[in-house]
Amino acid sequence: MTPREGIYGLLAEFNTPAELVRATEKAHQAGFRRMECYTPYPVEEAAVALRFHKTSVPLVCLLGGIMGMLTAFLMETWITVWSYPMNIAGRPLFSWPAFIIPAYEWTILFAGLSAAFGMLALNGLPQLYHPLFNAPNFRDGASTDKFFLCLEATDPRFSILDTRAFLEQFAPVSVVEVEL
Amino acid sequence: MATKSPIDDPRIDPRTGEYAVIAPGHTFRSVTQKIAGLVLTSNTPLGWFGGLTVAGGIATLLVVAMTWLFLKGVGIWGVTIPGAWGFAIINFVWWIGIGHAGTLISAILLLFKQTWRNSINRFAEAMTIFAVVCAGTFPLIHLGRPWLGYWLFPYPNTMNIWPQFRSPLAWDVFAVSTYAAISVVFWYIGMVPDFGTLRDRAVMPFAKYSYGMLSMGWRGSTRHWVRYESAALLLAGLATPLVLSVHTVISFDFAVAAMAGWHTTIFPPYFVAGAIYSGFAMVLTLAIPIRKFYHLEDLITLRHLDNMAKVMLATGCIVGYGYMMEVFMAWYSASHWEFFMMWNRMFGPMGWAYWTLILTNLAIPLTTLWSRKLRVNVVYLFVLSLIVNTGMWLERFVIVVTSLYREYLPSSWGTYRATKWDYMTFVGTWGLFTFLFLLFVRFLPIIPISEIRMMLPQSKIRPGGADAETVVEETL
Repeated sequence: MTPREGIYGLLAEFNTPAELVRATEKAHQAGFRRMECYTPYPVEEAAVALRFHKTSVPLVCLLGGIMGMLTAFLMETWITVWSYPMNIAGRPLFSWPAFIIPAYEWTILFAGLSAAFGMLALNGLPQLYHPLFNAPNFRDGASTDKFFLCLEATDPRFSILDTRAFLEQFAPVSVVEVEL
Repeated sequence: MATKSPIDDPRIDPRTGEYAVIAPGHTFRSVTQKIAGLVLTSNTPLGWFGGLTVAGGIATLLVVAMTWLFLKGVGIWGVTIPGAWGFAIINFVWWIGIGHAGTLISAILLLFKQTWRNSINRFAEAMTIFAVVCAGTFPLIHLGRPWLGYWLFPYPNTMNIWPQFRSPLAWDVFAVSTYAAISVVFWYIGMVPDFGTLRDRAVMPFAKYSYGMLSMGWRGSTRHWVRYESAALLLAGLATPLVLSVHTVISFDFAVAAMAGWHTTIFPPYFVAGAIYSGFAMVLTLAIPIRKFYHLEDLITLRHLDNMAKVMLATGCIVGYGYMMEVFMAWYSASHWEFFMMWNRMFGPMGWAYWTLILTNLAIPLTTLWSRKLRVNVVYLFVLSLIVNTGMWLERFVIVVTSLYREYLPSSWGTYRATKWDYMTFVGTWGLFTFLFLLFVRFLPIIPISEIRMMLPQSKIRPGGADAETVVEETL
């Protein structure tokens, strides 16, 4: 069934994380894939129910760290050996043990910034507008004490009536249509 | 022999089997309202304005002292030969050290899954950032020509000159700038979900707009949370070696120099332990008034204070070991210079500083902190935190000054006397720190709301819980 125009999805509100996880798990078993949970704090079990375990944040962080280390060490080597050679207390020009310290700091700097900005980029943030903010109960709930499951209209199994009936069997506080 | 069952311990929450850190009876909504209310309230307490005025007044001293310094040059300070390093480096090391406890609480305790830290990590991180701001001021204004401070960084320039990477002072630039950058990012990323909460609860359009921009559109999506938690853990894992390296690099400023009393291998660990010691003292100095004025006794409980006092006790013992080793090595090295330095440090004209340091850093805290009664005595802890901060400042004074003012050649002996400009600059940074901190407690969430929610017993889905039975049956 084609999704109705102008609908982002159906948003079910729950009072406890346990109810949310049960509904999510059932929705996954029923074949829904384009769905998302919204919680006021990280609920690990919800991620398990969504089958979302792997993130690429650690990889981004690792690549950033390697880049930082190479940048700093090669820069120091180039500066000290070729660009601006100076005799400091008779030490060799390529005095690599001294270069380790700035390289260590830049490894951490690049890795940390990559982890933080990589996380934001993978999350698609900043994104100041989102259709969910149109739902009347979303903004006071998802950031305070309510637990939401949104089945999105782009899912091939989505149908406005059947999906609503499906969600209502989990006894949610409410099921709301989210305008696009 | 019967051992005491942990079940009988009144501090254990029977629902979770873990030590309760938050007072019972709170819900997700109540903690959210309590913490967000501090920021979103429309009636700011009068005391806050009073505090801001006083702190701003004191910070003005810093502005005046710096203006005069830029007009006249560093000659207005007490630094001369042989005492070429004075208040600027003492205060720099002291402030950076204070900052370290913030990173320790936010990063190392996160890695060790010490969830009690959740109540205090936000303002400990804020303390780190403001302490780094104060610390960073000193080397910059000590440059002589501070407007050329960017020469410290390696950047391509028409003069074709570059930094000298074999110098610990160049390492310092990398360590401290990395530390500042990572601390700010860690702090900000930690606040993003709370900004989302504030955006959704704000009434005033300007507040909605500002927190909305700061929250970057955070909506609590589970996939976002997974990446967020992963990034937070990685940042914690990175901040841990960083915080240890920063004070290590700072200790290299001393240890790499061939100066009696500085040229020792114990400096890096001993500096790091001292940093954490003074940092926890500063966290107590800040936490005790905050929990009182904002009625946060439910969230920052006596258990938090007790734990922080225990960390102080442990790091204080490491610092004490460092002092003993310095004395031992002065004798055991059989170096005439080391021996004289230690004798001069204890019984020379500035011996008073050494003995005050021993009294404030070791004698008072390390004898009393063993008592649980005193560790949960709020007034005592507050006074003690001030004493330890004084002691740690004196430690840096003793290290910097006593090695320099009577060095190898008796003909070049001198003394060190700080001028009123030194004192004004130092006192001014207290004002700056307090000023920034007061702005923070008014406009930003001082306790991480989402992490406090995770500490409530109802946040967990666990097998055996009444609400969870159905879930576990059906999903597993």
